[in-house]
Amino acid sequence: MLRHAVFAACAVTVLAGQTWAEIAPADIVWQEGAIAQPLADQPGDPESGKKIMTTNALGNCVACHLIGTMPDVQFQGNIGPALDGAASRYTEAQLRGIVVDSKKTFEGTEMPAMYKTSGFIRPGNAYTGKAAPADLPPILSAQQIEDVVAYLLTLKE
Amino acid sequence: LGMTPALADPHPDAELVVNGEITIPTRGTAPAYLDGHLTELYSGWLFREDETRAMQMDDFDNPAMVFTDAGLEAWDTVEGTEGKSCATCHHEIESMAGVRAAMPKYNEKAGDLWSLEEYINACRTERMGAEKLKWNSDKMKAMTLALSIQSRGMPISVNIDGPSKPYWEQGREIYYTRYGQLEMSCANCHEDNWGNMIRADHLSQGHINAFPVYRLKDAGVVSIHQRFVGCVRDTRAETFEAGSPEFKALELYVASRGVGLAIEGAGVRP
Ligand code: HEC
Ligand code: HEC
Ligand code: HEC
Repeated sequence: MLRHAVFAACAVTVLAGQTWAEIAPADIVWQEGAIAQPLADQPGDPESGKKIMTTNALGNCVACHLIGTMPDVQFQGNIGPALDGAASRYTEAQLRGIVVDSKKTFEGTEMPAMYKTSGFIRPGNAYTGKAAPADLPPILSAQQIEDVVAYLLTLKE
Repeated sequence: LGMTPALADPHPDAELVVNGEITIPTRGTAPAYLDGHLTELYSGWLFREDETRAMQMDDFDNPAMVFTDAGLEAWDTVEGTEGKSCATCHHEIESMAGVRAAMPKYNEKAGDLWSLEEYINACRTERMGAEKLKWNSDKMKAMTLALSIQSRGMPISVNIDGPSKPYWEQGREIYYTRYGQLEMSCANCHEDNWGNMIRADHLSQGHINAFPVYRLKDAGVVSIHQRFVGCVRDTRAETFEAGSPEFKALELYVASRGVGLAIEGAGVRP
């Protein structure tokens, strides 16, 4: 019974011989804007997180945020606040919530939801300008969210 | 780190004088119907680097002029089954001064809002017996460029009342809709964040007074609707098409946001 319930709430991914469970966007348990439970079984990897945050087609966080710990990354934007010290301002659960869907923390913010698959107006297929497929994937995967959160947690004042 | 806010603001005192003779105002007061969302208007030209701005100040340096010349030539060229050129009916192209500044415009006969491209095509198909030009074809851009420079320096003067009103309202609705997986509206970038940097891009107020523009990155001319397609696509959205009713309505609304600025076409952009 219990196992059943757990499986219903999780998408099971098998990759390179490993099996781990992911929490799908619709199954996230929110506490205000925060998410206590990691979305993937593997702990987040901050190095991978940094890559995701600076890659246009992935998180592209530097499009909008200055991050002082990445002096090598050119052309950082200033739409949002600088992320330095973010981990001193927010808990891990709050940071996870902000990356997954920042609008639950900052009403009406420009910041896109990185782990959300429905509720869009004219969603597209990535940056092709064409209509999205029916099973539109989130911008970042569960593991990628954990990696980004792991990097954010290094940003202490 | 990199950009200081001062660098990111529109240029404080640059003046746009083309060929040392055509002075084009690049700052203005926002129209009342923007309800204070913008107070001062700034042309996109003021947000560009010195070298890019300089290219737009001299027709010899402006890469769009090759296309403009092709448009001027087409004006006098007979095409189609009726043996006519544009000049047959309209004479000197200078007679078109002010036309681009009032586009898009409600067309009584068609009972629809028409962009400049549609006026051109109507004359071609109904009056010359020539084939329709594709919205983003080189020939169409050459003609819209040739017509736009006849209005250089003239104030934007679109009509948004009477039969134009519902189109304007539809355009405003589109302007504030947060499209795509990034859930961003035109206003999120060009109203809330002009002057800021989005990665390497210095956000302007997103006016269309400089269009068609020559884009150095694409080594080609970009039409108004092509720019709209690019901006909507960048929100991970399914775009509307160039020439669609949605983009024509948006064109009217965006043009009206620039009432207070003047026509610059042909602009130069990075
Ligand atoms: C399109 C712009 C944009 C992008 C892309 C973006 N953000 Fe943000 N972000 C913002 C804005 C704007 C805010 C401020 C919230 C508000 O609206 O009040 C913000 C706030 C935050 C905060 C809270 C900062 C604080 O000190 O209050 C964090 C943390 C954050 N973003 C992380 C990220 C990460 C990580 C990514 C990429 C995975 C990202 N953002 C991508 C615009 C963006
Ligand atoms: C046989 C005559 C004729 C030819 C040839 C012709 N036009 Fe026209 N054009 C007209 C007339 C008549 C109008 C006015 C229609 C109206 O007001 O409803 C017009 C209107 C226009 C307008 C709209 C002007 C405004 O003030 O709204 C544009 C732009 C235009 N023509 C461009 C062209 C171009 C470019 C060509 C050649 C490719 C061309 N025309 C060829 C007769 C012609
Ligand atoms: C994700 C951010 C973003 C959104 C959303 C966006 N744009 Fe843009 N837009 C840009 C950038 C970046 C540029 C290039 C720099 C500039 O001029 O702002 C640009 C340029 C433009 C220009 C050219 C301005 C010039 O003088 O060259 C126009 C016009 C424009 N946008 C209109 C729109 C409209 C209309 C919408 C909504 C349908 C829109 N944009 C949505 C980012 C955006």
